[in-house]
Amino acid sequence: MKYTDLAISKPSDLLFGTAPKPLTTRRGMVIGGGQVYPELNFTLPPMEVNAANMPKIREHYAQIIGGALHRAAELEANGVVIEFETLPPMTEHPEWGLDIAKILIEGMDCAWEKYKLPTVFRMTPNDNREFVRPPEMRSGYYFENMLRLFEGAAGAGAELLSIESVGGKELHDDALINGDIAAVIFSLCSLGVRDMRFLWSELGGIAKRHGVHCAGDTACGFGNTAMVLAEQRMIPRTFAAVVRAVTAVRSLVAYEEGAVGPGKDCGYENPILKAITGFPMAMEGKSAACAHMSPVGNIAAAACDTWSNESVQNIKLLGGMAPTCYMEQLIYDCRLFNQAIADGPNEARLLQKWLVKSDFGFDPQAAVLAPESVIRIARAIVQSPNHYAAGRAAAVEAVHILREAHADGALKLAEREAVWLDTIEESVEALPAKEDDFIAEQLAMADTAKFRADQYGL
Amino acid sequence: MDILLEIQQAVAAGKRVEVKRLLEAGLQAGMGARALLEEGLIIGMDIVGSRFKRNEVFVPEMLIAARAMKEALALLEPHLIEAGIKPKFTAVLGTVQGDLHDIGKNLVGMMWKGANFDVIDLGVNVPPEKFSATVEERKPHVVGLSALLTTTMPAMKESVAKIRSGAFGASVKIVVGGAPVTREYADEIGADGYSPDAASAVDLARELLNA
Repeated sequence: MKYTDLAISKPSDLLFGTAPKPLTTRRGMVIGGGQVYPELNFTLPPMEVNAANMPKIREHYAQIIGGALHRAAELEANGVVIEFETLPPMTEHPEWGLDIAKILIEGMDCAWEKYKLPTVFRMTPNDNREFVRPPEMRSGYYFENMLRLFEGAAGAGAELLSIESVGGKELHDDALINGDIAAVIFSLCSLGVRDMRFLWSELGGIAKRHGVHCAGDTACGFGNTAMVLAEQRMIPRTFAAVVRAVTAVRSLVAYEEGAVGPGKDCGYENPILKAITGFPMAMEGKSAACAHMSPVGNIAAAACDTWSNESVQNIKLLGGMAPTCYMEQLIYDCRLFNQAIADGPNEARLLQKWLVKSDFGFDPQAAVLAPESVIRIARAIVQSPNHYAAGRAAAVEAVHILREAHADGALKLAEREAVWLDTIEESVEALPAKEDDFIAEQLAMADTAKFRADQYGL
Repeated sequence: MDILLEIQQAVAAGKRVEVKRLLEAGLQAGMGARALLEEGLIIGMDIVGSRFKRNEVFVPEMLIAARAMKEALALLEPHLIEAGIKPKFTAVLGTVQGDLHDIGKNLVGMMWKGANFDVIDLGVNVPPEKFSATVEERKPHVVGLSALLTTTMPAMKESVAKIRSGAFGASVKIVVGGAPVTREYADEIGADGYSPDAASAVDLARELLNA
């Protein structure tokens, strides 16, 4: 474990807009330096991404960036992060993704020249490695094309590199629907950690060659899958909340390998990573309702440094095209954060208190994101000798947090939810002390049709 | 207690050892394999499916029941073969081209198997041609298509059209599901039904097949 202590050790210091290690961009935005910036993400309306449709697709992205940044300039935004999260064919055919990246960068350059609006570009190719089943993680067509897009985009002006990497997901989906915390820890802390080390050292090489930054990863395919399944009442919310705590161990590896933030928006584990690393973090919540439901709409903002809408289709709304409308919404959210910061730390903490308290009691997934909970989970992670132990410690700490909150009446839990806390804790406590023994145990049970151990160096 | 009732309850509770013990007792008592299957095991899975729909249990509990059902079916299989009893319905299932999401699809497969459908799972990222070819070859009673991304919904439409272009596929029952999919979209692309969740997919298929 690279991090053995916390960068932020007091809950009261874990606040939106301020990170111990802020990031300064080429156009002078200081992310985590005392202001929250809007981070806009967008996607196409339902249409096929293929060569024949590329002229139309280019038009969509040109319209998106032009409209959104014009609105940002009109509203005198302090700066904007633009994230281009590709659709899978745009990474499979890197020339398509790069083509669109250049359109967006051109739009951002235009906004700088025309309005002096500072922007920074986050490039997020897809992790298509799972298109091969079982996934080929360290070589092959999908891996090579993904790296080509990263390389091309970094050269074209993408200052921040991110990804929603999927190492371990091929077993994690089943772990979730089986409510199997041991398999969750294996997927995230044994497989995921090994894949992240490999992948982020590759991305670090690209970033270094082009003088750009590795921003961060997200456990979207893990923690957010759990969140969606919990929302559909398929798995217990308590289980999803514990999974969220464990995802932090996996996502932390990006920073151990050189990422500097802002962590990617859909990583709801980001507050834990901010406490550990001190790097700024993107978050999304209520203003990402266009993309998906979440039970953490307000509390997710408690420690954000950029505030995102996750993704919105380029469709017409009454107020304009949807990305333009969401740009506006994010800017107003950020004005509120920034006014609170400008009024002083007590005022900022008051706003944070309301953000936290308004969600905390409704859902265990919110309860683990409160600053007090975040610091406890972060501490459990950094005090562990390795990632496997950190995963177990994070899970147990999350269970304790939820049990205490339930016992003192701060958190509502149905009985069928609460019983899972005991089940999870008992399962974690029964795990072997040594990771080698744990891996041997898990490999003996893993579905070999879905997974190749050699792709993780096992 | 009636042994069939006991089997139903044991399946619903996911008691694998108990289910097998009860099945063996039933067989020794001369009960027919069909009755044990249809009036015991399948009803047990229906019970747990109903509990899930009423938000009384989660998927992990439902999967425990499904595993009990699967082991029981293995035990019963020689007797079913001997009596010439086959699953009444065959289903083809897959996630459409360009889409890798399969949690929902897998759950539907599990629920259909629990209802004693013979399920042919084509996996993820399935091209329209593969759906159509499988339908023509295997002649299923129902086809299930899943998509999670708005950008792969056109592939769902294309898959339905391709299936419908086949001699057998023209009239096969097609059901669709996935986060961005709606009943209206199902109607628009020529599917026969839309299921908002895995548990409802059993009722929907039975309804479409008049089962």
